[in-house]
Amino acid sequence: MNGMLAIRYETPQSVGEAVRLMAADPDARVLAGGTDLLVQFRAGVRQPSAFVDVKRIPELMSITIDGQGLRLGAATAAAVIGEHVELRTLWPGLVEAVQLIGSTQIQGRGSVGGNLCNASPAADTTCALIVNRADCVIAGPGGERTVPVEEFCIAPGRTVLQRGELLIALRLPRPAARTSDAYLRLIPRSEMDIAVVGAAVSVTLDANGVCRSARVAIGAVAPTALLVPEAAKALVGSSLDAASLKRAAEAASTAARPIGDKRGTAGYRRTVAGVLTRRAAAIAAGRARRK
Amino acid sequence: MTTPREFKYVGTRPIRHDGVDKVTGRASYGADVVWPGMLHGFVLRSPHAHARIVSIDTRAAEATPGVKAVLTGKDLPETTATIALGEAAIDLRDVGDNMLARTKVLYHGHAVAAVAATTIDIAREAAEKIQVVYEVLEPVTGIDRAIAADAPILHPALRTKGAASPGAAGPTNIASRLEFKRGDVDAAFAEADVVVEREFRTPMVHQGYIEPHACIARCGEDGRAVVWCTTQGPFVVRDACAAIAGLDPAHVKVIPSEIGGGFGGKIVVYLEPMAIALSRKAQRPVKMVMGRDEVFRATGPTSGSRVRVKLGAKRDGTLVAATASLWYEAGAYRGSPVGAGAMCALAAYKIPSFFIEAHDVVVNKPKVAAYRAPGSPIAAFAVESVVDEIARELKMDPIELRLKNANAEGDKAPYGPKYGPIGLKQILEAARNHPHWTSPLAANQGRGIAVGFWFNAGMNSSATVILDTDGSAAVVTGNPDIGGTRAAQAIMVAEELGIPVERVRPGVGDTDGSGYTDLTGGSRVCYATGMAVIRAAEDVRDQLKARAAQIWNVAVDAVGWENGRAIPPAGTEKAEAMTVAGLAAKMAHTGGPIVGRASLYAPMAGPAFGAHICDLEVDSETGQSKVVRYTVFQDVGRAVHPGYVEGQMQGGAAQGIGWALNEEYIYDADGVMENAGFLDYRMPVASDLPMIDTVIIEVPNPLHPYGVRGVGEVPIVPPLAAVANAMRDATGIRFTELPLSPPRVLEAIEAASAVSVGA
Repeated sequence: MNGMLAIRYETPQSVGEAVRLMAADPDARVLAGGTDLLVQFRAGVRQPSAFVDVKRIPELMSITIDGQGLRLGAATAAAVIGEHVELRTLWPGLVEAVQLIGSTQIQGRGSVGGNLCNASPAADTTCALIVNRADCVIAGPGGERTVPVEEFCIAPGRTVLQRGELLIALRLPRPAARTSDAYLRLIPRSEMDIAVVGAAVSVTLDANGVCRSARVAIGAVAPTALLVPEAAKALVGSSLDAASLKRAAEAASTAARPIGDKRGTAGYRRTVAGVLTRRAAAIAAGRARRK
Repeated sequence: MTTPREFKYVGTRPIRHDGVDKVTGRASYGADVVWPGMLHGFVLRSPHAHARIVSIDTRAAEATPGVKAVLTGKDLPETTATIALGEAAIDLRDVGDNMLARTKVLYHGHAVAAVAATTIDIAREAAEKIQVVYEVLEPVTGIDRAIAADAPILHPALRTKGAASPGAAGPTNIASRLEFKRGDVDAAFAEADVVVEREFRTPMVHQGYIEPHACIARCGEDGRAVVWCTTQGPFVVRDACAAIAGLDPAHVKVIPSEIGGGFGGKIVVYLEPMAIALSRKAQRPVKMVMGRDEVFRATGPTSGSRVRVKLGAKRDGTLVAATASLWYEAGAYRGSPVGAGAMCALAAYKIPSFFIEAHDVVVNKPKVAAYRAPGSPIAAFAVESVVDEIARELKMDPIELRLKNANAEGDKAPYGPKYGPIGLKQILEAARNHPHWTSPLAANQGRGIAVGFWFNAGMNSSATVILDTDGSAAVVTGNPDIGGTRAAQAIMVAEELGIPVERVRPGVGDTDGSGYTDLTGGSRVCYATGMAVIRAAEDVRDQLKARAAQIWNVAVDAVGWENGRAIPPAGTEKAEAMTVAGLAAKMAHTGGPIVGRASLYAPMAGPAFGAHICDLEVDSETGQSKVVRYTVFQDVGRAVHPGYVEGQMQGGAAQGIGWALNEEYIYDADGVMENAGFLDYRMPVASDLPMIDTVIIEVPNPLHPYGVRGVGEVPIVPPLAAVANAMRDATGIRFTELPLSPPRVLEAIEAASAVSVGA
């Protein structure tokens, strides 16, 4: 049991050092904010042999925005993201997803990379990353590789990360003109809860207000967050009027493959996936029109 | 009528004496102490909701290095003792069996063994080595199953106590049945112009106190035990520990820690006798602390229920007849609060003819414990929902309907006695005249009102007031402070002695250091223990007057008392009024220290009513709702510290709103609770609620020198119905089952719109 084992606490200063530590010990776990990991550890769900604290690696703790887009260090705390004015302006939906996680205290520790690597189908940031075409930058013994974020999680609690690999950053392309996003989730409370359903939408409008491109993702309605091309198709070519939003909602409800559990019935989740998709699309459209 | 007393300190809002220690983290709670040589105890719990224990093999656990003691039910004597508790009684045989199962496990999480070891990890690891062979039985997870003809029987010896229903003579899961009746109900319903009947269901819910149960105990070779624990009733713990662990109560001392919430759930013992028994075996102190999942699974929530209510009214709104059939889950052992629910159900209304039946039903769920006005919120949810329907049928304002039928002083309560002065009409009038009631509602919003009742309790209390030579004073009682009672007691001493509140030190004594005092509960502390405090302070004042008389060489009767000063009789030579400080400074030369004391039994209390107005906004596409405005009106008799009175009113409302909207024990088919944590047992968080407005009404209780009634329980009674009535107003749908969680609400909205589309 945990109290009888010596658990190592490692503080690598570079990505290379972190990769070596992770490669050397299959039972080591990456510690970013710890807001999931330490809770699971205390509950006895996970018993790592070592915590590899990556918060001293500058590349994992930084935000860079340039002409290409955003490079978000995987361990950057949610509160830091929330205070970044340019990030908030360019990706308001992503930032609202980040800021929905946990409480003020959790915001000071929890990170987008951690939220993603925990691989919960209900994770708030995943859908917002998917609609913004994020790529996961993964470092490993063989060097770096990138994976589209929608392919990163493969099952509840499981990701594509192999032994020795860690997620070091997320790269988002700079949004085109008149592009914006939104994320909504349903929880029975107002905070401190896990999404029963989540939906993110990103839209790009032309000068006439016609939707030229769209991405829709829904969460907590399948083993992993779902990209829903059929819902996006319903939006593209329209002026994001009520009828097209309704078709997108229906497509999202159809795509949802939820289970029924203590947090909501399958039918409830399917209905609400559509409602949130419609509402998120309307918010994203409004934001894009103002750009 | 006498002139109302002018108060100097009563009604003020000093900073609570225990406040700084609490907000700085210095206060010591149940799990906060460390004793030399202390071991850690871990409880092995049943993985089955209903099973016979065939055998328990503890040898591997005992052989684990670091393990100092292992305990099973066979190590403890079987007791037949009870503890009196007002009109109820705690059956310690059941409490002991609930704490550590002997022959059967009756719910998932029921304790079957305990281990004490040098670390908690060793104790846990050793507990997992204990081999328990179970014969698994079908679980009884609800009332419907429990009362079915072919239901598995939890307790083969159980027979229905009380007014038995026909044909119930053999083994049963119905532990008791009782009836209240008045008049000829059938004839009365025949005269009614409007009759509404509905059946309601509520799930088990937990008090949700922040601090889990925790204790540390040591028991020496001499059979003397000391227990430090978080409890509402140190004397209850003392007597329960003695009986269950087989000790002489004279040899058990219980020291109450600060308490992080109780709401009725910290009266029964779950750990303390086990810690004593483990300590007795190991000859070292044993600390035991529950995890949150253990608190949910194995302490005492309140009942799930099924309640059927029928009301009949005349066209003018006069209620003429009522029937109510209440079925409450007791959990694994008898003792739901269904009797109290039956007594409270119609307490607000003058109804000439009624018939109420109440059933206590055992099921394979945790044994219920008291929860803030036990039994009353469930009954009020049903009755106040039906009253709302009657108002709608009659197209009558729901406040006017309630006022027309409201009980007042001199009316006979449905549960027997005649009411003294009560404030029901006053709170309803205050609600009617409050701007909330007439403020406009936005789209998708609805408004509901409901009233609630609680008896409040009296019982045994003691208090000691100790005067110091500097004129300051300490006040000690045996009541752990869960609701700001120390601040109230300091105010009372300040009022009687005329010394500043800040110079009074209110404290909670242990069972050796305070006179016998019944538990903190029943909203009784500010009332009954407060009365003892006032009398103990008066005792000090009488002694001070005697000292002054001695100094002035006059008769005691001639000494007056004004504004905290002894006043010499007119014309006494060289005599000036003396303050408490002045007299205290001379104590050593006028007869020695001064200690005031009082002990009393308060046979009755001041029953009280509250009315709540709730505005709810409903998202008809997701079923999600939000309380947007909420106002609590309550007759408190006298608010000694209005800040804490308002806090009680707000806290009760918040708990009731949680019960109405999202809280519930969710069970799978095997009787395993699926949401034993705060993530999925959804109590409201601060951001879920608006600022809850409070309106204090003071109709003094003639039984108390200041008029105090008791405050803490009434405010959890109305919210269930207030929220449901607001939901009815917002959606047009009468919900009869709680909680009003988004999936349930959306399903009903969709069903209703399908019907209206179909029509």
